[in-house]
Amino acid sequence: MKASAGGYARAQDVRHALDLLAQSDGQGRILAGGQSLVAAMNMRLSTGDMLVDISRIAELSGITVAGDRLRIGALTRHVEVGGDPLVAEHAPLLTQAVQFIAHAAIRNRGTIGGALAHADPAAEFPACALALGATIHVQGPDGSRDIAVEDFFEDVFTTAIEDGEILTALSVPLAEPTEAQVLEEVARRSGDYALAGVCLVRRASGHRLSLFSVGSVPVLATATMAALDAGDLDGAVAALATEIDPPSDTQASAAYRRHLASVLLRRAVARIGDQRT
Amino acid sequence: MTDMFRDKIDISLSVNGEPVEARVPAGQHLIDFLRLDQSLTGAHASCEHGVCGACTIRVDGQAVRGCLMLAAQADGADVWTIEGLTDRAEITDLQDAFVARNALQCGFCTPGMLVAAEDLLSRNSQPSREEIREHLSGNYCRCTGYEAIVDAVELVARSRAKGGTA
Amino acid sequence: MTINFGNPDRPNSYIGKTVPRPNAGKLVQGRGRYVDDIVLPRMAHVVFVRSQLAHARIVSIDTEEARAVKGVLRIFTGPDLAEVCTPWVAVLEHLKGLKSPPEHPMAIDRAVWVGEPVVAVVATTRAAAEDAAALVDVDYDPLPVVTDTMTALDTDTPVIHPELGDNLAFRRLHEEGTVDDAMAGAHKVITTRFRTARHTGVTLEPRSILVDWNPAEGQMTAYHATQAPHMMQTVLATHLDIPEGRVRVICGDVGGSYGIKVHVYPDEVATAAIAKIMSRPVKFIADRLESFTTDIHARDHEIEASIAVDAGGKILAIDVDDWTGIGPYSVYPRTSAIEGNQVVNLCGGPYDFANYRARTSVVFQNKTPTCQYRAVGHPIAVAITEGLVDMAAAAIGMDPVEIRRRNMFADDAYPVTSPAKMRFEGLSHHASMDKLMELMDYDALRADQAEARKRGKHRGIGIASFIELTNPSPFMYGIGGARISAQDGCTVRMDPDGSVVALSGVTEQGQGTEAMLSQIVAESVGITPDKVRIITGDTQVTPYGGGTWASRGAGIGGEAALKAGRALRESILEVAAAMLQADQGALDIRDGEIVDADSGVARMPLHELGRIVYFRGDTLPKGLPRELVQTRHYITMDYPFAFTNGVQASYLEVDTDTGVVTLLKHWCVEDCGRIINPQLVDEQIRGGIVQGLGGALFEEIHYDEEGQLLNGSMADYLVPMAAEMPDMIIGHVETPTKESELGAKGAGEAGTAGAPAAVMNAINDALRPLGAQVTEMPFTPERILRALGTITD
Repeated sequence: MKASAGGYARAQDVRHALDLLAQSDGQGRILAGGQSLVAAMNMRLSTGDMLVDISRIAELSGITVAGDRLRIGALTRHVEVGGDPLVAEHAPLLTQAVQFIAHAAIRNRGTIGGALAHADPAAEFPACALALGATIHVQGPDGSRDIAVEDFFEDVFTTAIEDGEILTALSVPLAEPTEAQVLEEVARRSGDYALAGVCLVRRASGHRLSLFSVGSVPVLATATMAALDAGDLDGAVAALATEIDPPSDTQASAAYRRHLASVLLRRAVARIGDQRT
Repeated sequence: MTDMFRDKIDISLSVNGEPVEARVPAGQHLIDFLRLDQSLTGAHASCEHGVCGACTIRVDGQAVRGCLMLAAQADGADVWTIEGLTDRAEITDLQDAFVARNALQCGFCTPGMLVAAEDLLSRNSQPSREEIREHLSGNYCRCTGYEAIVDAVELVARSRAKGGTA
Repeated sequence: MTINFGNPDRPNSYIGKTVPRPNAGKLVQGRGRYVDDIVLPRMAHVVFVRSQLAHARIVSIDTEEARAVKGVLRIFTGPDLAEVCTPWVAVLEHLKGLKSPPEHPMAIDRAVWVGEPVVAVVATTRAAAEDAAALVDVDYDPLPVVTDTMTALDTDTPVIHPELGDNLAFRRLHEEGTVDDAMAGAHKVITTRFRTARHTGVTLEPRSILVDWNPAEGQMTAYHATQAPHMMQTVLATHLDIPEGRVRVICGDVGGSYGIKVHVYPDEVATAAIAKIMSRPVKFIADRLESFTTDIHARDHEIEASIAVDAGGKILAIDVDDWTGIGPYSVYPRTSAIEGNQVVNLCGGPYDFANYRARTSVVFQNKTPTCQYRAVGHPIAVAITEGLVDMAAAAIGMDPVEIRRRNMFADDAYPVTSPAKMRFEGLSHHASMDKLMELMDYDALRADQAEARKRGKHRGIGIASFIELTNPSPFMYGIGGARISAQDGCTVRMDPDGSVVALSGVTEQGQGTEAMLSQIVAESVGITPDKVRIITGDTQVTPYGGGTWASRGAGIGGEAALKAGRALRESILEVAAAMLQADQGALDIRDGEIVDADSGVARMPLHELGRIVYFRGDTLPKGLPRELVQTRHYITMDYPFAFTNGVQASYLEVDTDTGVVTLLKHWCVEDCGRIINPQLVDEQIRGGIVQGLGGALFEEIHYDEEGQLLNGSMADYLVPMAAEMPDMIIGHVETPTKESELGAKGAGEAGTAGAPAAVMNAINDALRPLGAQVTEMPFTPERILRALGTITD
């Protein structure tokens, strides 16, 4: 089908984008890489949007180390995240994730900020951000604010970003020298959304485990993490079953997803064990 | 509508090396612009939601889904389609290999497949068969079963490594 | 003159060689011309408002807001089009009892599936038409929905078409021998249920049609992505009340068909009706959602089947009860009973056994109509047969290859008639199996499997023998009253420069028709293939023919081309003999030259002959025939169908923790008779296999109980992509049909026919030590884990 947009404006900078949003009568939609939004528009799932194209705003792109955190600009494309040496060193979970995201042509355009703001519960980056304990940086008419990732994902395609705000970056703590980060997922075909996936991070302070494609938002499995911290893998698998409430759809039932999550947890733990040696 | 949002957008870009100026509807994707306004019918609209890859073209040096980019976003862009890549003989070896290996049947996916294949070879001059299969997984072909395509791409990679025509 | 196929060094030896496709060059350059690439002056676009309910009475339609949208030209309802277009009824007389109600191009007062066209919006652009379509307000009164196949005939299930009495569209029972007695006395009887999922073709080019009506000439021209231009000519003429000779169907490049584009679709006929009403060109290009809800579906079967064997593995009986739901209408004009009928015809196909019973029950339901899709019925019949044979082998502890060898028709047994009453002229099951064993190194593979098992890897080998129906005669459709041509024709013409134009009634869908025809014409005339230009897909130009379906292009269209080329050769030689004062029988044509047949010495190039005939005919003897154009038609007469055979094998690994199946390798040995172009045949087989693998592992249309299609997008209906597909080893045995000189049978559907069964058997081979078995396609990770008992809730 053919998209029906209400209007389009190209933002010159963040200030301009915020102004455009403010003037859009609530119809404003941020257009970044467009790999989800334009698809939705083409299927007429979204019509009449006032599109604020932020894709040319240079200040929103790029990867830097600032103090003890790795900062990734919202417009940094998947392909850039996947190939960036700073990311590979300080947040290798994201590097791993990129190879699972769709296909090359999508990764060339899709942005990490877009993926977070879109908040698809089946997507890799939101779950990675959750496992890494990221901070989401947004800017609004009244200035900027930081959102802890645990507070960011509210529902399917719904985040803590308020109307009129723009996601500008995320930052994650630099991986510790002994830190291990692994992502495990199973998809029907390469590049498909996962039937279920896990992100496991092991730090000095303990484990962090997030799951995707098992609910309406990426899930931080805190009870499972505690069991892992206690070295109780069977207890962790048992705890996991209580912490997720996966959906059933045409690809897999909730029961299958629940089982798969436990298999992936065991695999992730085994891989982390391998990384220790 | 505010003054700042427009439902028709003026764009100026380069298409296959030629300057183009146009006024496009806000919601029009780049493939419709190329096909309907520029009569460049080589790239095809098939699923129009970014899954099948039949619309894969090159924008600013990278393979992209033409259906997931608005024409309005292409202002200032350097766009290449199968027609332009053919004219400047950039992928002649790939095209010849596809014909020789019968790596196409109906041909509907082929222009997008070729752009994706060239995108791979430009990043990885000696991909394994698994890497070729992985990279081309974003491009559906319903006719060939893919093996002939993988063969053709592999052959061109080897040929280029030996200094064959590129 | 006959062609000495055994001598690859014979003159003009193009048949049997890999020759590049003449039409591939334009396609790799993006210079194809598909329907959507065509723009005509004053062209309008039509978009359909489709029923969002599976069964509903249409109470009212409000188009007022839609009419106000800028760019909208006209809006039509079903009754509007009924004034210019008569309905059709898709039945065939030889399918006794088949019934279906009249179907209009758009719903009149009731919609019977989600996706049925209800309102047509015509505008200057597709985008404007979509904007307006979104504003059309249709008020529906929901009616009871029938979705389940197995309960469609229950007395408390609503009848979709009350005037038909019940929801049974067609039923056929075939019985041979005494099945019950054989079962009762058998050493082992295995009974199981199979399920094949609803599929659709997912042609990369959506269905496309552009129709122009020129009232000044009384001429309709339809640019149509179709497999059967002449059939569509008849259909449009009949239902739009136009003389058949005044309808021209042009079929240029087509972006994939696989059977999807051989049917009559209501929205396409509606487009033609609208063009006639508006007297201007109207284009309809299905969008992807429309493709999923309105392209024909197929293969939605549930089967209970039994096999009885003796202690030595000899098949004593096969019993099949097949059920399929076809949607609310039988599809015009081929009907939707053929697939079930094929299951009856094809089960047990490779095997020499005595007692066979098969019944198919074809029922109506409120889903997208089903009809013939690549390898019609074959994947189902092969899965049933080969699944049963493997289970029997396991039950008696016999190797699956051995049980097949003990039951397949002997290679020297032909001609034979199967228990299903199919007549086989000549097949090669044993030679094919021998070749497969050699290609796959069966024993080494078994050793690898055993070694992998020691490492906790669950690998499986699956074998599937099959037969494939090709080269259909009028017994397929024509005897049932359908104007679907089983014969085909070819006109071959030499032009002054010595080049040859061949016009054929078969069409090019990408399978390589043009290459195949160019090779045959080149060899039969005596020129190089690059001097042959092939024209297909234009009813005003080509000889009348059937087009592309049922793997008929090479066997029937090719034979017509051979005969026409041969006739042209004789015409040319008659002129040459007169010019050269030679005996016609002493001359030959080789590589575009008249030569002495014995010595090969060149006497005259064809372009010289052409110059004389066309520009200096005065120098030729008066009365010398000089028609350098010949037409021949061909139809099969001896057998209703030319059956082919083959055998496939799959090697795969099952991850028993996740249920994921990884395909490691695939083999196919196939016997399509004379091979005209080895590369084209191999790639038809490979492409077909992968479509079959899609059915085995991925493809499944889901509906809910309300008849809503749940996965109508490419992201949700999964077709094979490159990463998961294996490399495929293809081998051949050649048993030419004796019915034609060319000896070619079809090859387009063999891959799809056998691949799902091979995968099923391989998975079950891997799972057997774990006590698990799967028979419901696709074999998703979840179904495998459920079979293993890993998940139960």
